[in-house]
Amino acid sequence: MIQFKAILIRVTKEILRDKRTLALMLLAPILILTLMNLVFNSSTDTKLKIGVADNVPGKIIQSLPSSKVTIRHYPNSLNRAKKIQSDDLDAFVGRSKNKLEITNENEDPTKSSQVKSIFANALLVSKIKELSLTLKKISLQTSTKQTSSNLKIKNSYLYGNSNSTFFDKVFPILIGFFVFFFVFLISGIALIRERTSGTLDRLLATPIRRSQLVFGYLAGYGLFAVLQTLLIVLFAIYVLKVAIIGNLLLVLLTNILIALVALVIGLFVSTFANSEFQMMQFIPIIVVPQVFFSGIIPLDTMAHWVRFISYLLPLSYAGNALTAVMIKGQGLGVITNDWLILLVFLFIFTFLNIIGLKRYRKV
Amino acid sequence: MANSDHTIASISHISKSFGSKKVLSNITINIREGQILGLIGPSGSGKTTTIKCLLGMERADTGFAAIFGQKMPNRQILEKIGYMGQTDALYENLTALENLTFFGNLMGISGAELTATINKNMALVDLTDSLHQIVANFSGGMKRRLSLAIALLANPDLIILDEPTVGIDPSLRLDIWTQLRTLAIAQKAIIVTTHVMDEAEKCDLIGLIINGEIFALGTPAELKEKFHAASIEEVFLKAEVSSK
Repeated sequence: MIQFKAILIRVTKEILRDKRTLALMLLAPILILTLMNLVFNSSTDTKLKIGVADNVPGKIIQSLPSSKVTIRHYPNSLNRAKKIQSDDLDAFVGRSKNKLEITNENEDPTKSSQVKSIFANALLVSKIKELSLTLKKISLQTSTKQTSSNLKIKNSYLYGNSNSTFFDKVFPILIGFFVFFFVFLISGIALIRERTSGTLDRLLATPIRRSQLVFGYLAGYGLFAVLQTLLIVLFAIYVLKVAIIGNLLLVLLTNILIALVALVIGLFVSTFANSEFQMMQFIPIIVVPQVFFSGIIPLDTMAHWVRFISYLLPLSYAGNALTAVMIKGQGLGVITNDWLILLVFLFIFTFLNIIGLKRYRKV
Repeated sequence: MANSDHTIASISHISKSFGSKKVLSNITINIREGQILGLIGPSGSGKTTTIKCLLGMERADTGFAAIFGQKMPNRQILEKIGYMGQTDALYENLTALENLTFFGNLMGISGAELTATINKNMALVDLTDSLHQIVANFSGGMKRRLSLAIALLANPDLIILDEPTVGIDPSLRLDIWTQLRTLAIAQKAIIVTTHVMDEAEKCDLIGLIINGEIFALGTPAELKEKFHAASIEEVFLKAEVSSK
C-alpha cells in the first residue's frame, strides 16, 4: 500500500511541477472548444449570391426567399463561368425555352444543394400561386365557394431547440475525445520517460508489485482527468452556454472512465515506442480513427461493415453515452451497456500492462 | 544452495542470448559477505546483463542466480538489495528529498526511520545542503551522488552499483571508495562494475568479463601474477589482446 501511495504522490507532484503539460491538459481543450464554438455558431446565416439573367421570369425570382439570397441581375448571353468567377457568385441562373439553367459554382457542395432546393421551392410556390388565382377565378365565375385549407408548419423538438447547432451535437463527443487524447498522450510519454531515464529499472529493482505501479499511475492520472473534465464541462455550461440536460454526475463518471481507458491504452502502446516522437506517431493510428467513428460523422449512414469497426473503438461507446446523457437527458439505464464495454476495455488493458511490465522484471 | 560459507550471492553457469546473439556464456561467480567484487571488461562485454540476471530483471536461458540462498527472480529479496543503474534514474522535476522519499517508500521505509536514513546517506555523499533543490538544477556529479544515496537508503546487505563513480570528482571518488570499504567491513557484499582500473585495484575480487565469458576471476594480486602484469590496467590490455 505504501508503494501505491508513493507512486500516486510522485505522479501528482510531477504533473504539478510540469507547468506546460498541465496547461496542455487543462487549457488546450478550452481553447479549442472556444474556437469551435465560434466557427460553428457564427457561420449559419450566410446568404447565397445568385446571378440572374434578364430572361428569367420575374415571378420566380420574387418567390425566392429574400432572407437567404442576394440577387444580382445580368443581361443574357454572357459567359456564365466568367461571371461566377469575377463576381464571386454561388450560382448563375439563365433560361433557354422552358428550362431554367442553373450553373453552380460548386466549390462548396452544400451551397449547391441549397441553391437547388431554393429553386425547386420557388418553382413550386409560383405554380401554387397561379393555381390559387385560377381557383379564385373559377369560384367567381361559378359562384360556388372553393375553400382551400390554410396549413401552417409549427416545429417542436424532442431534444434541444430551434437554435441547436452542429456544435451542440458534437460537443459531448468532443469532451470525450479531449479527455481521451490528452490522457493517452501524456501517460504514454510519462512511461517512455520512465523507461529512457532508467527510473523504471530502478523502480522495478525495489519490491514493488507490477500491479501497484499500474494502479498508482491510474490513480494519479485519473485525478487530473477528473480535474480536466470538470473544467471543460463547467466552462462549456457557464461560458459557452451549451445546454446539458442530463445528470452532470453521469457525464463526469463517463469521462473518468474514458480517461482511465485512455491511460491504460497509452501505457500499453508506449511499450512499442522507443521515444516520445515514436509515441506521437501512434496518434494517427490510434486516436484519429476514433474521431471518425465516435459519432461526429453520423454512423447510421455508413455501410454495415464500416459500422462494425466502431464496435472495436472505445471512443464510440464514450460518444454514445455522452450524447445520451448530455443531449437526450437519458439516464443510467441507457448508458449501462456503454459503461460496461468501457470497463471491459479498462480491465483488458490494465491486465496487459501488468503482464507487459514483465519485460523489465521477471517477477 | 551453499550459504554456509557466508555466500551472499551466487551466479551459476548462466548463459543468455538476445535473439541469435549470445550475450553471456557460462558465467559463474560467488560473492561472500564483506567482499567487494569488481566486474571489469570492455563495454558491451556483458557486465550489465550479468547484473540484470542476478537481480531477476532478465531471465537466464540456462543456469541460475541466487541471493541470500533464494533463487532469483524473487520480488521479496529486492528489499535487501541496493541497486544503482548506469543512468542516474532520478525524477528531474522533483527535489532531492522527494526522490529519496519516493524510492525509500518503495523499499518499504517511511516515517522517522526514513528521515534518519536520508540524513545519514545525504551526509555520506556530501549533499546535505541540496536536500530541497530540484534535481534538474544538479550538476552531473551531484546527480550521481544522489543516485548512490538512494541505492544505500534501505541499508541493504547486497549493494549493486553499475559504474558508480562516472562523472564524480577524484576527491569524492576516494571518499566513496572509503565508504564502500566501511560497508564491506560491516559485512555487506558489494558488486561494482567499472572502467576505472585503479578502482579495480581496490576490489577484493575481480571478474574480467570479455565477450560474455569470465576471462579471469581472482584477487587483484592473483590476476597480476597470472598475466605477469604490474597493474590491473595491464592485465586488462593483455586480456583484451589475447581474447581476439
